[in-house]
Amino acid sequence: MDILLSGFMILMRWDVIAALAVGSVGGVIIGAIPGVGPAVAIAILLPATFSLDPIVGLTVLLGIYGSSMYGGAIPAILINTPGTAVNALTTYDGYPMTMNGEAKRALSLAYSASFFGGIFSVVCLILLSPVLAVIAPMFGSREIFLAALLGIILVVTAHRGQVLAAGMMACFGIFINTIGLEPVKYSKRFTFDQSWLASGVDLIVVVLGLFAISQAFILLVDRDESPDAAPISGGLFQGFKELFQHKRVASVAASFGVMMGMIPGVGEFTAQFLSYTYAQKTSKKPSLFGKGSPEGLIASETANNAVPAAAMIPLLALGIPGEALTAMMLSVFYVHNVVPGPNLFESKMDFVIALYLALLILNVLVIIFLLFSTNMLLQIIRIPSRFLGVAILTLSFVGVYSLRNSPTDCAVAAGFGVLGFILKRLNLPIVPIILGMVLGHIMEIKLRTSMSRVKEPWDFIDRPVAFILFLIILLVLGLFVRTAWKDYKARRENQQG
Amino acid sequence: MSDKKSDKVQSGDLVFAAIFLIFSVILLSLLPDQVRWLKKTGITAQPGFWPAASLIGMVGFGALHFLTRIRLSDFRREFSEMAIWARSLEFAIWFMIYVVVVPLIGYLVATLVFSLMLTWRMGYRRPQVLLASMGTGFATVLLFKTLLSVKIPGGMVYEYLPDGLRSFMILNF
Repeated sequence: MDILLSGFMILMRWDVIAALAVGSVGGVIIGAIPGVGPAVAIAILLPATFSLDPIVGLTVLLGIYGSSMYGGAIPAILINTPGTAVNALTTYDGYPMTMNGEAKRALSLAYSASFFGGIFSVVCLILLSPVLAVIAPMFGSREIFLAALLGIILVVTAHRGQVLAAGMMACFGIFINTIGLEPVKYSKRFTFDQSWLASGVDLIVVVLGLFAISQAFILLVDRDESPDAAPISGGLFQGFKELFQHKRVASVAASFGVMMGMIPGVGEFTAQFLSYTYAQKTSKKPSLFGKGSPEGLIASETANNAVPAAAMIPLLALGIPGEALTAMMLSVFYVHNVVPGPNLFESKMDFVIALYLALLILNVLVIIFLLFSTNMLLQIIRIPSRFLGVAILTLSFVGVYSLRNSPTDCAVAAGFGVLGFILKRLNLPIVPIILGMVLGHIMEIKLRTSMSRVKEPWDFIDRPVAFILFLIILLVLGLFVRTAWKDYKARRENQQG
Repeated sequence: MSDKKSDKVQSGDLVFAAIFLIFSVILLSLLPDQVRWLKKTGITAQPGFWPAASLIGMVGFGALHFLTRIRLSDFRREFSEMAIWARSLEFAIWFMIYVVVVPLIGYLVATLVFSLMLTWRMGYRRPQVLLASMGTGFATVLLFKTLLSVKIPGGMVYEYLPDGLRSFMILNF
């Protein structure tokens, strides 16, 4: 209780309260604009948050991360264009509901489902804290290495149908991380005798290039679009009542969101897919799915909003980010010398609790904001896409240049922007590059530390947690090989048939 | 294990897979020159261990990806996609000009001019849109430089301003 109170006290500062308001409202607005999304916004804001107090900077970024999906549901439902990538499934049932004249009902349901998912996962996070505080110290160098390795494997295997592309991108990310001076012996690696490569390639420069600048290029090159949506009349409160009628679907979807959020590399899409499939299979009206089913909408929105809080678990407890957005947040921790991982729960539990409470409060702020401002947000949806591209490119400059005032960084970011543009055009995965960079760094350090104490190969997994992680890695690889073999056989049969 | 065969392969996929594979092979061939291998040091502690592991992974995954694409791609459509990639280079050049100009004429003026000119280039002609573009640029400078004090140096032209105004401009714009 004392820790809860001291965590609450950390939030009771004007700058943290302002950060909560800016993050939550800003996140909704960013989410509501198709083509921007939280990754772009966080990448741009990241360097600006370095000068802020860690709790203030993280609150802004968490606010954007946690609230963008609320906003993303608006264009998904009203104009069949997801505001953020994870709102894509919302279009399946949200837009048909709009076409049936039920736009207000769909929005109201989406808001209440998102709110339930968000609150559910924060409560899980708070309840899990004592458990995490016990488990986290069991993770030494070997365990963290194995957890990071598992993260890489999951990131690659989670890209079904694109496993090879995800694998090459993850390896590319690991390679980029190795450029520059090696961390122990300080020997040069792939610097080509260029002084600007000696300090390595900065993660933020890569993030800004791959997410923000590439998105600006996409918007500038593509045809100009200015979507339109009819205004909504009347209150949006009745969704909570309807959500209660589907409490089983909402609870299961939120649970999937929490579980998938905790596993590095899995995230929103898998959580949504599992929730949606479950909702359809157990529904009394399965034929309505994809044609305007309220249960489908609830499953999608609850699951995706339950992920952000859960994704903080591996980040805070082990220092291992599960996806690109938490990887970006990791750099805020490092800049302020707050090292996420087992020690954080022992030394700064009040800080961790403050982050949880911030997530809880921002969900409340967002729902209040949305219930009264949806029509105002419809104006933002109308911003022409090429105009947005100009704005994102202007903002990207601040992000890259303010790091070290280096034109070289800007050139590298522009190069990664072109690469990101090509990858997005080809529908190839970008996130494995970022996770490869972050997890590659963790793996290199932790493997070297742990190998100094390992005499025989089996010593590496002679501790219980290490052994369990090793078994999970084998299980994941085994399941992947089995699924790939089944797919291959099915294809062969289709070709012969 | 090969990638699941998709019904539709994006044009440009084969070219990208080939470029990525060639790039990876070249880097791998440069490995002996670009990393040091230390004596009496375990393999995992070698400075070259992780570059080698990642490059082998890039070549391995890249080669398999290339082989799957070569079976599925339509060669005729590959080059039309490359023309679209080239269009992104124009905006990369715009961005780099902006980067070069900021330390010369200052963040505020450079941002206003960049926003206005790129908006014009994108085909917008209505005065309201052009004004909105400049307004967005001004708001960006105000938020990041004036309010959040991010590290962006003053322009060289600020040196020619009177003392009081010069320090005000360096500090805020």
